[in-house]
Amino acid sequence: MAKQSNNRLSSPQELEALRESIIKSRDPSQTCIVICGGTGCLALGAQEVITNFQREIEKGGLEKKLALRITGCPGFCERGPLVVIKPENILYQQVKGEDVVEIVSETVKGKIVDRLLYIDPDTGRKITYEHEVPFYKKQKRLLLGDNSNIDPTDIRDYLALGGYAALGKALSNMSPEGIIAEVKKAGLRGRGGGGFPTATKWETCRNAEGDTRYIICNCDEGDPGAFMDRSLMEGNPHSALEGMVIGAYAIGGHQGYIYVRNEYPLAVKNAQIAIEQAEKLGLLGKNILGSRFDFNVKISRGGGAFVCGESTALMASLEGKVGEPRAKYVHTSEKGLWEQPTNLNNVETWANVPLIIKNGADWYGKIGSQGSKGTKIFSLVGKINNTGLIEVPMGVALKDIIYGIGGGIPDGKKFKAVQTGGPSGGCIPENLLNLPVDFDELDKAGSMMGSGGMIIMDENTCMVDIAKYFVNFLEGESCGKCLPCREGLKRMSQILTDITEGRGKEGDIELLERLSATLIDTSLCALGSTAPNPVLTTLRYFRDEYEAHIKDRRCPAGVCKELVTYSIDKEKCPGCGLCVKACPSEAITDMGKKKPVALDQEKCIKCGACYDVCKLGAVIRK
Amino acid sequence: MVKLTINGQKVQAEEGITILEAAQDNNIYIPTLCHHEEVTSYGACRLCLVEVTKNGRERLVASCLYEVAEGLKVTTDSERIATNRKMLMELLLARCPNNKAVQDLAHKLGVEKTSFKLDDNDCMLCALCVRVCQEVVGVSAISLVNRGVDRAIATPYFEASNVCIGCGSCAYVCPVDAIKFEEVGDTRHIYWPNNDMEFKLKKCQKCGRYFAPQVQLDYIIKKAGLAPDAFDNCLDCRD
Repeated sequence: MAKQSNNRLSSPQELEALRESIIKSRDPSQTCIVICGGTGCLALGAQEVITNFQREIEKGGLEKKLALRITGCPGFCERGPLVVIKPENILYQQVKGEDVVEIVSETVKGKIVDRLLYIDPDTGRKITYEHEVPFYKKQKRLLLGDNSNIDPTDIRDYLALGGYAALGKALSNMSPEGIIAEVKKAGLRGRGGGGFPTATKWETCRNAEGDTRYIICNCDEGDPGAFMDRSLMEGNPHSALEGMVIGAYAIGGHQGYIYVRNEYPLAVKNAQIAIEQAEKLGLLGKNILGSRFDFNVKISRGGGAFVCGESTALMASLEGKVGEPRAKYVHTSEKGLWEQPTNLNNVETWANVPLIIKNGADWYGKIGSQGSKGTKIFSLVGKINNTGLIEVPMGVALKDIIYGIGGGIPDGKKFKAVQTGGPSGGCIPENLLNLPVDFDELDKAGSMMGSGGMIIMDENTCMVDIAKYFVNFLEGESCGKCLPCREGLKRMSQILTDITEGRGKEGDIELLERLSATLIDTSLCALGSTAPNPVLTTLRYFRDEYEAHIKDRRCPAGVCKELVTYSIDKEKCPGCGLCVKACPSEAITDMGKKKPVALDQEKCIKCGACYDVCKLGAVIRK
Repeated sequence: MVKLTINGQKVQAEEGITILEAAQDNNIYIPTLCHHEEVTSYGACRLCLVEVTKNGRERLVASCLYEVAEGLKVTTDSERIATNRKMLMELLLARCPNNKAVQDLAHKLGVEKTSFKLDDNDCMLCALCVRVCQEVVGVSAISLVNRGVDRAIATPYFEASNVCIGCGSCAYVCPVDAIKFEEVGDTRHIYWPNNDMEFKLKKCQKCGRYFAPQVQLDYIIKKAGLAPDAFDNCLDCRD
């Protein structure tokens, strides 16, 4: 925990003086053990690693030699728990509690624990330094890069890295209009899903009629497999908070809310600590940095519904009402929270703001593609070697993300599709792997940027089954208010279930298309109007799979159990018995040496375990 | 006043009213289900969708919520609208295949059968009952419970409500007759789709007939500050 100054900073100069003193008090050559305390690493056992480090350092009286910092997520979740020794940046991966004694003793001697280094799967060579690991090397980590240098519960770490300098600049040297103009020139677009130009939204809100203006940070990330905003809020809450204060000053708002999922307890906790620490230093509250500008931020914990990430539903929930959307014919920037002009951006958008103000729109405009500026954080999940959180400049090709950073598909399997944009996004096939990833290109491909989820699928994925999964998710999350979304998703789910269970019939595809068109045209909010995307993109790129299910009663990927049968090729089977051991339902019987095994269809649960273990191709899947 | 066109017809409308209201004022038919002039527009059934062109941009909007504006071009019946309305009706018909009111509206919109599997509900979740109970009666005895496909109209926890006054406004306003209302002897029965309640009726001291739930009369007396004996006699027998 930071030692708190009781003195509120009353000018940008005082802020700079404080920053100087923090930097001076620190020895840049001191060895610091950085442990990821993000949700991913904690789930993999980081807490034991942390406790053991604390104990070892105390036991050895090494407090002066070894500093310890628990940080947010640096991104390489696949290899967690992660430990980095600074200032050299030595990366230890998959660290366990029992490794700690050795790390401490070797680090004190200036040595490296060879066995915990990352091995480059391409070259087979060990890589010592974090920045040389291909996963990190190919990224541009403007937002995430600081995560491993920041203890999110200590504002001094953020300040030491130049934190709140953008706020000082904005309050002392820039007019609200000037800030909006700078953000506009930078070309910042909302990272929450729609990609709407941020400055335009701010401008509308600033110019809207109202007694007061509200500023909201949306941290209600609900897409399956997405953890971008979560990791930012957990790991570097001040970056979003600073963005909010700058935005509030530009818009003329004095009250802000961080709406954060209650299922993100660490994000809730770290945001709360950040607010308290910023208030104590006068970076929030009354008369911020002596500028006479007041701005307060409160945390509102989410109501636990996916739809609450939608702006009007979020605002209803914030007001204490049921989190249901309303028609947006009057934008929330004009009439939002409590009918007042309200500006809502998500965590990542807010976190971009200090970067723009600090470095200028020209600098920012050089990063990214023509229509999408800056970087974008993606959570890379599914059938990918390097699961984790990545940040790349907008416009990077999909294949560079999947193969360059993600390390390709595990077990030598073939890539099939990538789902971008969360459940309401779309599936992009292999022949579009050169697609530059930005707002407009993803839209053109029938998918969307969304908030940045990226689910990779391999050849063993059935695309009809995937569409069914996402439609079922959305069916469960539809608030039920409007008829097309509530009834339409239910029917879509029924049709897809029928197709995957062998009851598909001619006309189903056309019915799905007609139904999709109505959902897009008539749904009340974006949940409903984007919900058909998984169906439409899989139909666009994998129509043959739908047809195989319906016409041939066949699932080409071998996923849909009702459409798959396993049998033994008696010519090929030498009776080795591997499949007998692998079968969880005792459906395969050993018939004696060198005799083919027998498979009992009655007992077979079609899990495919026999198919996976047989190296001789003696298990036939049809 | 603003000037707009609806189906090519020049129309003047008061600022702040909706397209639906402007159309109704000019005898232009737009189908609705969840709309009622006494309560706040809700925009849930989507049947009242119309096409608007503003600043050269064309979009489908719910006419019960979209306000009129100067120069707005509105089309209430295009092929796109008709296709969508038919699909919406198919969805509704699949939800309430045995409901007479739904069948009639489907027929009116040219939908005789649905492409989907048939359920058997009467309630189509337009929430008119909920809105009337809240906005007109002012007691909020019933509400929408659960989410999405499990959404339902009910009193809290499906139990007898201690704020319901048994007025029956919910049954009265229901456009598809999904809330039933019955009086036998001294008891009024209200049957919502998922639960029901009984109310004792007050007997007129003059003519002896049972005329209204005691709790409703108590509520009115309290709300309007009337004398405790204000409803001793039924409406017909009052002086």
